[in-house]
Amino acid sequence: MANFLLGRLLQSLVLLFIVSIIGFAVLHLAPGGPLSQFALVPGLSKEDLARIAHEMGLDRPLPVQYWEWLTRLLGGDWGHSYRDNQPVLAVIGGRLSATLELMGAAILISVVVGVWIGVMGAIRSYSIFDMLATVGAMVALSIPTFWFGLIVIYAFSVHLGWLPPGNRTTVGSESTFLDYLHHLIAPAMVLALVEVAIWSRYMRASMLDVINQDYIRTARAKGLPERTVLWHHALRNALLPMIALAGVEIPTLLGGALVTETVFTWPGMGRLLLDSLGYRDYPVVMGILMFSALLALLGNLFADIFAAVADPRIRLT
Amino acid sequence: MSEDRKNEIRSHTLLTTTRRHLLALGASAGALAWAGPKAGWIASAKAATPPSKPTGQAVIGLSQEPTVFLPLLAHIEVDEGVYFNLFSPLWRVDEKGSFQPDLVAEVPTLKNGGISADGLQWHLKLNDKAKWHDGTPFSADDVKFNIELIQNPKFLAGRRSGIDLIQDIKVLGPSELTFTLKKPYAPLPSILSWTFLVPKHLLEKASDINKPEAFLAQPVGTGAFKWVERVPGDHITLSANDAYHGTGPYLEKLIFKYVPDLTVLYTQFQTGDVDYIGIQGITPDHYEEAKSLADRHVTPVPQPFIENIAFNLGNPIFQDPAVREALYLAMDKQSIIEQIYYGLPSPTESFLPKQSWAFNPDLPKQAFDQEKAKKLLDDAGWKPGADGVREKDGKRLEFLNSTTAGNHVREQAQQLLQQTWGDIGAKMSIKNLPPAVMWGDYWNLSQFDTTMVGIDFMVGPDPDATQYFASTGIVAKGGAGNNTTQYANPDVDKLLAEGAATVDVEKRRAAYMKMQELTRKDLPFLPIFQYAMVQGVKGKLEGFTPNVNVQENCWNASTWFWAN
Repeated sequence: MANFLLGRLLQSLVLLFIVSIIGFAVLHLAPGGPLSQFALVPGLSKEDLARIAHEMGLDRPLPVQYWEWLTRLLGGDWGHSYRDNQPVLAVIGGRLSATLELMGAAILISVVVGVWIGVMGAIRSYSIFDMLATVGAMVALSIPTFWFGLIVIYAFSVHLGWLPPGNRTTVGSESTFLDYLHHLIAPAMVLALVEVAIWSRYMRASMLDVINQDYIRTARAKGLPERTVLWHHALRNALLPMIALAGVEIPTLLGGALVTETVFTWPGMGRLLLDSLGYRDYPVVMGILMFSALLALLGNLFADIFAAVADPRIRLT
Repeated sequence: MSEDRKNEIRSHTLLTTTRRHLLALGASAGALAWAGPKAGWIASAKAATPPSKPTGQAVIGLSQEPTVFLPLLAHIEVDEGVYFNLFSPLWRVDEKGSFQPDLVAEVPTLKNGGISADGLQWHLKLNDKAKWHDGTPFSADDVKFNIELIQNPKFLAGRRSGIDLIQDIKVLGPSELTFTLKKPYAPLPSILSWTFLVPKHLLEKASDINKPEAFLAQPVGTGAFKWVERVPGDHITLSANDAYHGTGPYLEKLIFKYVPDLTVLYTQFQTGDVDYIGIQGITPDHYEEAKSLADRHVTPVPQPFIENIAFNLGNPIFQDPAVREALYLAMDKQSIIEQIYYGLPSPTESFLPKQSWAFNPDLPKQAFDQEKAKKLLDDAGWKPGADGVREKDGKRLEFLNSTTAGNHVREQAQQLLQQTWGDIGAKMSIKNLPPAVMWGDYWNLSQFDTTMVGIDFMVGPDPDATQYFASTGIVAKGGAGNNTTQYANPDVDKLLAEGAATVDVEKRRAAYMKMQELTRKDLPFLPIFQYAMVQGVKGKLEGFTPNVNVQENCWNASTWFWAN
C-alpha cells in the first residue's frame, strides 16, 4: 500500500508538471491578453497600456514568466487575479461553496435516480420502461443545456412564477435555508438531467453484465427471494464499476458547470473559469487548471483505493 | 471580455430618430419628455417627491462584473457605475455637459478666477463638508495625494493624460490648493470629472500600492453610498451614506447584480428580480415585448458610441479616396438601421454624439446610391476583372472585415455590406475574431483591413479626439494613441492642437466643427449610427436621467427613489 501511494505520488507530480507547462503555453500563446479589454476604453492610450503591460511583467519572455510563476507556486504563492487583485486561492475558495452546493445536489439526484432507472432497465430489459428510459437518456444527453435552462426559466419563473429565475439567493434580502433550497431546485434539476442519463446507462450495462453471471444463477437456484438476489447480490457487484465513475465525477463536483452556472446566474467555479478565460486572467486560469488537475488525480486515486476496499480481488501494487 | 460586452452594448442598443418612434416612445414612457435633438430624453416634472430618509433598495442588473475598486487603476465602464456611487470626483458632468461641483465648493473657470487666463494656474476651493466614509474629513492633502499617485511611475494608473501635466501642487489650507500646468490643456476639466479620488490616510501606508488588499476588500470613498460587501461573481451591495455632502441618497441599499447572459438579465427584469437594467440595456429583439410589460418603463437612451467601419489606411487600396467614398455610397445605412437594429439607432455623419456641444449638424448626408458608387470607381480607374471584382494597377478591390466573433447582430450588418459592396465590384470577406484577439495587436497595430466597431471618440464630455485622429497617435508607426486607421491629415492635426490648447469654448467649437467636415470628407472611417441602449426601469423607481457624457447610467443613483 505504501509503495503504491509513493509511486502514485511521484507519477502525479510529473503529471502536474506536464499539465502546468502545456496549460501555461497554450494560455499564453493564444492571441490577445489581459489588457485587450482596455483597447477601446476612452482616454486610455496605447502608451498607457504598454506601460501597464511592462509593470505587470507581461512583456517578458514566456519561459521567464513560467519560471517565476512555478517558483512562486512552489513557495505557496498562487499569485493574484488580474481582475480584482485578490489572491488566487481566495478567488477559487470563494466559489467552492456555491459549486459544491449545486453539483452536490445534482449528483445526488442523478446517482439515486440514475441507479434506479439503470437497475430497473436491466431487470426488465427491452420492456417499455427500458425503451422509454433509453430514448429518454438519448434525448437528455442531446438537449442543449443552455436552451433547456432558458425553457425552465420561462416556464417555471416567468409564466408560472413558482421558481426564481436563477441566482443563488434572493438578491438584497436575508438569505434563509429555505431561500437557498428554493433557488437550488431549477439549476440542480437541469444539471441532473444529463447526469441521470449518464448514470442510468452505465448502471444498466453493469447490471445486465452481473445478472447473467453464474453466481446469480446459483443464488437463484439456492431459492433466495428475487429481491435479495437483485438488490443484495447483483446490485453490490454491479456498483463496483460505478466507483470508478464516481472518481471521475469528483473533479466535476468541484469544477462546476459552465453552461448551467451561466444560465442560472450561479456564482460557481464554472463561471469563474469562463470569466477568467474571457479576461485572460492568467493567474486564476492557471490556478483553476492546477486545482482541477489535482482533483482529477486525487479522484482517481480514491477510486482505486475504494475499489480495492470494496472488491477483495483487486490488489494495489 | 469587456470588448465582448461593449459590442453587446453597441449591437443591442438603440436610438430614436424618426417621428413615428418618438410618438411611440412618448406613449410608453410617461415620465420622460423629448427636449429636442440636443438634450434628448429628460425626465419631466416628477409627480413624486423623494422620501425624507433613505428607503428601500434598487437592484441594478449588469451583464459584466465590476472588479476594480481602486478607481485610479485601469478599469472598464462597468466599474465606473460603482465609482459614481461609492467615490466622488472633484466635479461631475451633468446631462447637459456642464460641470457641477462635487468635492469642490465651486468649479474653477476663467470667469471665477479658478483658472488663469493662460490656462496654466489653477486654484481649487474644496467642499469642506465632504467626509470619507470612515469619518475622516476630506482635505486638500487627499487631492495632492491622488494627483501624485497617478503620476507615480510605480503605480499602474489607468489614465494619465492631462494629469501628467500638473506640477507645483501647493496645499494652502485644509480645503484649498493650487497647481500649475506644464501647458494649457482644455480636456483637463473633463478628465478630472471622471477621476474618482481615494483616501490618502488609508492608502499611503499600503505596502504594495497596486494591491492594497485591505482597501480593496473594504473600499472607502466620499460617495452617496458606502461599501457593504461583494460576493465575487454575484453582486456588490452598497448602503446609504447618511453623511453625504451632496443631494441624497434616497435609497437605503444599492445592489449591483452581475447577470452574465443578456437574455437571462432581461428575464430577471421581467420577473422583477432586477429593478434597473444598466449599461448594456435590453437587447433590441426584446424591445417590442419589453415595452408591453406592465409596470415597467422601457426607453431608448442615447450613448456616446459611434458605430463605424474603420479603414486601415495603411492598406494601399484604401489610400484611394475614391474607394472610401464609393464604399460609403454603397452602404445601405437605412436597411442596417431599420432591419438589423430594429429601426431605432440614428444615422450619423460625425464621430461626435448629437448631444455634444461641438457636434456639427450640417455635414453632407450620405445617400445609398450604388450607380454613383460604380461610376466613381470607373472614373478612378478601378475596372471590373473577369470575376466581377474591380482591379487597378494589379490590385484587386478585395478586403476583410472583422469584428468580435459571436456578435450576431453585427454579423447580419456585415452580410448586408458584403452584398451591397459586392454589387459594385468590391469583394469583402468576413473574418471575425474572439474579443481578446480582435482588440489586441490586430486592432492596435492596424493589422486589419476594415473593422466594424463602436467607438466613443470623446474624452468624457470633451470632444477632443486627438487619440483617434492625430497623426502622432498611430501605434503601428511608433506613435502613442489610438489612431488605428493610420489617418494623417496635417489640417486635422492643426485643428486638434488648436482645440486642446485653448479654454475658449467658441474657438474650440469652431476647430471641432471644421474637423468634423474634414473627417466626413476624408472618410478614414465610415460613420453608420450613434448608439443608444434600451433602458429598463421598474415602474416606481424615479430619478434616473440619461447622460451621454458619462459611460454608464448609474451616475446619479444618489437621487433615485421609489415613488409611493
